[in-house]
Amino acid sequence: MTVPMVRARGVRKHFGHLEVLKGIDLEVRQGEVVVVLGPSGSGKSTFLRCVNHLETIDGGSIHVDGELIGFEASGGRVRHLRKREITRQRREIGMVFQQFNLFPHFTVVQNVIEAPVGVRGEPRDQARERAHALLRRVGLEDKAAAYPRQLSGGQQQRVAIARALAMRPKLMLFDEPTSALDPELVGEVLAVMKGLAEDGLTMIVVTHEIGFAREVADRVVFMDDGVVVESGTPADVLDRPASPRTKAFLSRVL
Amino acid sequence: MSLPDVDVDVAGAARTRHPLRWVASIVLLVLAAQLVSLLVTNPNFQWDVVARYVNAQIIGQGIFTTLLLTVIAMAVGVVLGVLLAIGRLSENPVARVACGLYVWFFRGTPVLVQLVLWYNLSYLLPEISFGVPFGPEFVSADTNVLITPLLAAILGLGLNEGAYMAEIIRGGLMSVDHGQTEAASALGMSGARTFRRIVLPQAMRFIIPPTGSQVISMLKATSLVSVIALADLLYTVQSIYNRTFQTIPLLIVACVWYLMITSILYVGQSFIERHYARGATRNAPQSFWSFLTFRRRPTPEVPS
Repeated sequence: MTVPMVRARGVRKHFGHLEVLKGIDLEVRQGEVVVVLGPSGSGKSTFLRCVNHLETIDGGSIHVDGELIGFEASGGRVRHLRKREITRQRREIGMVFQQFNLFPHFTVVQNVIEAPVGVRGEPRDQARERAHALLRRVGLEDKAAAYPRQLSGGQQQRVAIARALAMRPKLMLFDEPTSALDPELVGEVLAVMKGLAEDGLTMIVVTHEIGFAREVADRVVFMDDGVVVESGTPADVLDRPASPRTKAFLSRVL
Repeated sequence: MSLPDVDVDVAGAARTRHPLRWVASIVLLVLAAQLVSLLVTNPNFQWDVVARYVNAQIIGQGIFTTLLLTVIAMAVGVVLGVLLAIGRLSENPVARVACGLYVWFFRGTPVLVQLVLWYNLSYLLPEISFGVPFGPEFVSADTNVLITPLLAAILGLGLNEGAYMAEIIRGGLMSVDHGQTEAASALGMSGARTFRRIVLPQAMRFIIPPTGSQVISMLKATSLVSVIALADLLYTVQSIYNRTFQTIPLLIVACVWYLMITSILYVGQSFIERHYARGATRNAPQSFWSFLTFRRRPTPEVPS
């Protein structure tokens, strides 16, 4: 049996008195595309941010490719990892944000090569060549010299995807990647993501795009109020939801 | 009530009159005329004396000291400011409080007092030594020998500047969107690299304009060192007019040079601002070199 790409067990997280995650169990197999749905405030974005340790979890555990994230367990004792080691773990996990978060003072191609050159020590020429290939893949090779603010939202998000892919991640996290986009720009970003899914990349996608979930997801997870309410194939969760909470949510968004 | 005349054409409409603008303009022009007439007709300006001294070698030496002091004190201030700003934003509460107290003290006391204090440090500490705290000493020196007027000036101006720069830099760092740090973290960049490559360059846009003003203030603040007998531009002209009693013309010489240098600084600042504005607007900024060589600015790229 192969190691699951992500294995979350009883993940808990609170901000002050507010308990945001109340024990999340989730497994993602290698090459699987999991779409996480749920109303806002359900904890789905927080969970995603826990997977690459942008948020420190308060209980439970998250393993990515067999490695415990953010902590080290040995001899029955658990301790927090040092920043250096957390940084090393994050290199294997790509993330795409709702607000793109491109580096505005760098051109598009500089955005893409910054981490491979600066963090992985890749030769600049080689990184540049690969960056152009990645930009071609997201359909933006002609924008390599532009600055992010000169691009539309959809183009910026596609650059952000190329930037994350440049680190050759084994797992990609998408945090509402189309929520900040004008409706007519959503399609171009989803098309790129669909391509990645078809190439076998392991992806966790937090989104409100039910159509994308139905078409691309191997599995749909519905979260509400800090717990996983149900999980299954798109057809099961979207067409034959077992829980009344899922039904209520779907009737609002469909 | 009659229907409005829909066939009206507003082309060639009469302009609105602004009589008050005319009055204000005339008053200002009269005042300007008076000033020019004063400058030309009043013999006490002694323009011939101004002309004689404005290029004098001794004035040049004063200018050199003023510029040297500005550059060194500003460099001390910037380095100190970066460290203090990082300290104030750090997660270490002791560092936060210590840096906060530093800023409080150095911004809360006049820089003139600080200068005189450093100059007279020997009254407080006759000897300065390095060694283990509360333990043995390795090197020690007489404070009066160690603290020359130049060092006192650098300490006084630089340490004071550090407190102001700390606040400017802290404000700049805080103005960078937190999403930038998160994106860098998610790419596996270290904290130091994120600061150097992502946060600081973007903060520079907010740091440069007030820092430019600080440089200009510093240039003028160096004139305070004349009280500790350091031969800067002001002290040099003072030492001349104390002999010749040509007070006004020599002060004009000093003003001419201060104005000249600040004008150059203004131009330099505007180009540094443009450099750090790259990516901030949709139009690419014109670089200093393309300005010098009269190249046209590139046409802005229109998002498709």
